[in-house]
Amino acid sequence: MPFSLHFSPTPLITAPSPLSKPSFLVPYYHTLHAPKSPLCSSMEHALTHQGKQEAFDLRPEDSQTLPLGLRRDAMPSHVAVIMDGNRRWARLRDLPVRSGYEAGVESLRKIVEICCKWGIKVLSVFAFSSDNWFRPKVEVEFLMSLFERGMQEDTGIFFRENIRISVIGDLTKLPKALQELMVNLEEATKNNTLFQLIVAVSYSGHYDVVQACQRLALKAKCGLIEPSDINVSLMEQELETNCTEFPHPDLLIRTSGEFRISNFMLWQLAYTELYFAQSLWPDFGEAEFLKALLAFQQRQRRYGV
Amino acid sequence: MEKEVMSSLKMAGNILCSASSFIRKCIFGDLRVGPIPNHIAFIMDGNRRYAKKQKLSHDGAAGGGGRYDAGFWALMVMLLYCQELGVKYITAYAFSIDNFKRKPEEVESLMASMLEKFHLLDILVKRLAVRVHFVGNLELLSNELRASAMELMEATAAYSKSVLTICIAYTSRDEILHAVRESCEQKRIDLEFDNDDDNEIKLMKVEKNMYMAVAPDPDIIIRTGGENRLSNFLLWQSCWSHLHSMWVLWPEIGVWNLVFAILNFQRNKTYHLEMRKKEKEL
Repeated sequence: MPFSLHFSPTPLITAPSPLSKPSFLVPYYHTLHAPKSPLCSSMEHALTHQGKQEAFDLRPEDSQTLPLGLRRDAMPSHVAVIMDGNRRWARLRDLPVRSGYEAGVESLRKIVEICCKWGIKVLSVFAFSSDNWFRPKVEVEFLMSLFERGMQEDTGIFFRENIRISVIGDLTKLPKALQELMVNLEEATKNNTLFQLIVAVSYSGHYDVVQACQRLALKAKCGLIEPSDINVSLMEQELETNCTEFPHPDLLIRTSGEFRISNFMLWQLAYTELYFAQSLWPDFGEAEFLKALLAFQQRQRRYGV
Repeated sequence: MEKEVMSSLKMAGNILCSASSFIRKCIFGDLRVGPIPNHIAFIMDGNRRYAKKQKLSHDGAAGGGGRYDAGFWALMVMLLYCQELGVKYITAYAFSIDNFKRKPEEVESLMASMLEKFHLLDILVKRLAVRVHFVGNLELLSNELRASAMELMEATAAYSKSVLTICIAYTSRDEILHAVRESCEQKRIDLEFDNDDDNEIKLMKVEKNMYMAVAPDPDIIIRTGGENRLSNFLLWQSCWSHLHSMWVLWPEIGVWNLVFAILNFQRNKTYHLEMRKKEKEL
């Protein structure tokens, strides 16, 4: 089965779409993997029952093979993406909404591969916002099943390609099976070092700050800290982005022409460069990503000074 | 002869002013057909580049006023336009805690410039019936500046036509930390005295402790100077704000920049306001 990143199921009623076959396949190179943690049984099951999966070359490219104009020394360590426009993309083509999500997943897969090749260490994606719970129940249930199927299908790729998966958000609202799957996948890939994909599910920037506040309040209640001790460092230890070495995105990309943060990673975006792309997420490919990175590399970052 | 020429020039000037004022009123009338933002926040970037362009020194010795004078007047003009349009809340990012890292003479010049503007600001805001708030970690300011700020806040407390919030010695992270500390302290007291076993701190409680609880969340955040970032400004409050970046330097901002920003806002308003309302209901 061709590589497809977690939230993409194969289409429910038809054969795999032509879109699912990547056009960038290169001969497989054996990559060096860091030792992985022992797999839990569900992970092993997913691996042994995976069909033949095509691998792709995830070695960071030499600077000579980076696209023209892009400088390796000025690549952002952490890119965050608000993947907006999937439903609009489907509506414009008179397709059902799920086709938009599938196309969005293809886009995500391409971006993950490009990040790995171009030396970006962390990619955070806003997969499902706390506010998305207000969408029609049928749509929400569909998305949950999409996440579950996608994670099960792509587990093998994460292990083989040394990708670490982290999930941030209020997972207690998710179906139990999906919660367990996510937690197991995080645990099983936590020692993978090539690249980290942070998936924000049932997440909002407000939620992140409030849950950090609650944890700090609990510590204060137990006498471990005084409220007056709370500083940037203590706060960042409790935020959900404590799962990564690079908690602050250097670049935030939002697609579909909306000029908003929409409650994504508010604390973490203090000095982040913002890039708003007109294209809808399923159409956001390598060319658009390159434009965003080139624009980022032109910016003069002053960090508030 | 000379008197006649001067008189004609004056009349021509008056006609032009009236004409431009008339055109502005018509444009504003058209804008009011659509939703007018309740709160606009400004990141006033570009003052130093403007000063360099105009060859202004720190103390204004090169003529044309101090470095930040033009920026002050730009803010007053924006305040006037916003009031005319019906925008009730205006917030301006005047001085960030990060700005203390600039060269000492620059920080000193900026502080001196702010202090000397208080008198003018006092006259203008009282004339326009504008309530003024200064938000930020005011303890970081000099005693004189802090005292002037407190005095102006008290003097304008009764006004309600517009609200001008000036963020000074402010960063959003500092504000959030302050709110978190206050919330934790309050929770600890609640637990001690009320035997309250509920450890939960809700979003509303944290929000109440923000410095910016004096105003609703901004509908639009306008940044001049061409950069596209928040620079630690209103991170908590900006979650649903329409972000508008413009190339014009802050002292050069004009009515057309404001009109364009509002037109952009009007294109995208409804969905996100609904989402914001639903989140607060949680």
